[in-house]
Amino acid sequence: MFGIISHKLAASTAGGSPGQPILRAAVLAMMSNYSTATKQIMVREALNSALDEEMAADPTVFLMGEEVGEYEGAYKVSKGLLRKYGPQRVVDTPITEAGFTGIGVGASCHGLRPIVEFMTFNFAMQAIDHIINSAAKTNYMSAGNINVPIVFRGPNGAAAGVGAQHSQCYAAWYSSCPGLKVLAPYSSEDARGLLKTAIRDPDPVVFLENELLYGESFPVSDEVLDSSFCLPIGKAKIEKEGKDVTITAFSRMVGYALKAAEILEKEDLEAEVINLRSIRPLDRSLINNSVRKTNRLVTVEEGFPQHGVGAEICASVVEENFNFLDAPVERISGADVPMPYAANLERLALPQVEDVVRAARRACYRSVPTA
Amino acid sequence: MALSTHRTTTALLRHLTPAISYLRHISTDSTSTITVETSVPFTGHKIEPPSRSVDTTAQELMSFFRDMALMRRMEIAADSLYKAKLIRGFCHLYDGQEAVAVGMEAAITRKDCIITAYRDHCIFLGRGGTLLESFSELMGRKDGCSKGKGGSMHFYKKEGGFYGGHGIVGAQIPLGCGLAFAQKYKNDENVTFTLYGDGAANQGQLFEALNMAALWDLPAILVCENNHYGMGTAEWRAAKSPAYYKRGDYVPGLKVDGMDALAVKQACRFAKEHALKNGPIILEMDTYRYHGHSMSDPGSTYRTRDEISGVRQERDPIERVRKLLLAYDIANEKELKDIEKEARKQVDEAIAKAKESPLPEPSELFTNVYVKGYGVESFGADRKEIRAALP
Repeated sequence: MFGIISHKLAASTAGGSPGQPILRAAVLAMMSNYSTATKQIMVREALNSALDEEMAADPTVFLMGEEVGEYEGAYKVSKGLLRKYGPQRVVDTPITEAGFTGIGVGASCHGLRPIVEFMTFNFAMQAIDHIINSAAKTNYMSAGNINVPIVFRGPNGAAAGVGAQHSQCYAAWYSSCPGLKVLAPYSSEDARGLLKTAIRDPDPVVFLENELLYGESFPVSDEVLDSSFCLPIGKAKIEKEGKDVTITAFSRMVGYALKAAEILEKEDLEAEVINLRSIRPLDRSLINNSVRKTNRLVTVEEGFPQHGVGAEICASVVEENFNFLDAPVERISGADVPMPYAANLERLALPQVEDVVRAARRACYRSVPTA
Repeated sequence: MALSTHRTTTALLRHLTPAISYLRHISTDSTSTITVETSVPFTGHKIEPPSRSVDTTAQELMSFFRDMALMRRMEIAADSLYKAKLIRGFCHLYDGQEAVAVGMEAAITRKDCIITAYRDHCIFLGRGGTLLESFSELMGRKDGCSKGKGGSMHFYKKEGGFYGGHGIVGAQIPLGCGLAFAQKYKNDENVTFTLYGDGAANQGQLFEALNMAALWDLPAILVCENNHYGMGTAEWRAAKSPAYYKRGDYVPGLKVDGMDALAVKQACRFAKEHALKNGPIILEMDTYRYHGHSMSDPGSTYRTRDEISGVRQERDPIERVRKLLLAYDIANEKELKDIEKEARKQVDEAIAKAKESPLPEPSELFTNVYVKGYGVESFGADRKEIRAALP
């Protein structure tokens, strides 16, 4: 039953309209109750099952990318799919992102629903012209005549020790472009629900996964495992409620924010942790409502700070709810340098739990900023 | 320890009886010409290939052996270090492909440029990099060639004519043509060797850069190190035409046995001459990597173990040179084994020293973002806690 409600929710909120707030709140509240969970699955499995189910349900859905077929996926996300669906629907491409992304976009204009996998989003820079100019803008330029129901997915952000050319987070870049939808799952539930919605969506979706999350397990309820389970685009999730400070995060940083919240709890500070899930469209109303409640905001992201996701969230809150802020907005982000390889420098270049805790304390006036 | 570029010139008696062979030094008539035939003839595309008779010397063959043994040892040691988690992230090993690195060096100077992708440790060594710089960099220490900030895929040595070390497949090709552009601009009679793999050979930017190199007669030599697998994908599954030496179409090409250091040397010498007069040329090196694509790839899900051991038995580049050295009586089994032991010793010493090298200072987080930072502010993860003025 829950599966059907969430699917209808996805359909009705696809255009970004407010929908039915009471029903949404009720469903969200029920879905956030992990204590009814009976099973644990890894994010990798969650993604695999979502791909499998969507490919089974719709014969126009196909997967293309490097090593997705015979190699079973560089990170094993597409394991078993070639065996099940054959080489026409699970297509191993040469190492030529610009070419195969263009081919994917072209195919999506003519009745197919491709899922283009990038081994990491760093390599998608070779194809960014097609993502932006060929995919994102086409529906607008053609006044709705041609739409592009494509999903671009793959790992985004830092892994461990992979250096400057393999560690960038592209959330801010893609999210600045109208015409794209940008999703960033954290848990297995997010991974399943958001990927299924993305595949069913008629617009181009950039789906930012995280390599280090693939092997993490999360509890999932039967509703999540149902084949009709979808999560709506444009809706964030309150992972943990609190009254003292709002912490927004997405992808791997949600885990860090939750750990920070545990530490803050011991200092009698109750943080409200928001898992953005959707970077574009951003759930501005949920974030703003949270800040109206807590009056303090810390944004957390892995990517570079300038013009980042946190900067947009800060602007949104300052524009809509300036008078509700009791403290300056705090931003935690990746360091403003290319990613170094050395282990100690890499640690300094990425947010750590203690950074989030420190920022939250500052926002709550428990400490004075050093600068 | 840098590779042997110094030529010892001890002239020795050629005909020694086995009874007093223990007195024999390694090089006999070390600089007199030996002519060797390459394993297979060269195949040309729109060009007359060079002769398969290659001139070499005892000295050169010994240096090939020494240098390849060192490279082989270095890569195998890197495998162990990776498994011991002293090397993190990505590590792409070159063992099996050493002949390309040493053969190329024998044909060129340090004023010529080499640029390659991420399988760069041995090329770095060939360009004058040291084992200490290599292992320190792999372990992210301050004595690394990139001060620990680059990692396995980002070794550089501008003084040695080595321009990296690149992580994005295919990107090094236009970059290499750019080096050639600068060489032509400066009229310095040097060339650039741009190395790429069979996986990168299908990249559009290759053809864009090649077109311009041909239009403008750039001294660019594109070298496809065809080890027959682009990560887990065999060449025939990725390329409609895996005859990479022909893919330049209007640009001539040469197919070379990349496991034969002498063939590589001959081809590179030929290519350099050609490029200086006539613009770009493509060299396809038929080579093989024993390891998987990287340390996270076992390398056996898409190839059979028989294939790997078959190449090792029939075509190993070091074994080939060993056989030549023995056949020409330049060295005996024991001497060659001693060289390999010495290589192992040098590698072990370098690793021990590299392990003592400290991690970079935290302040290095903010160095080298720019050459000239104008004192602009940069930030750590918590911008109110860590900030710096970029030097």
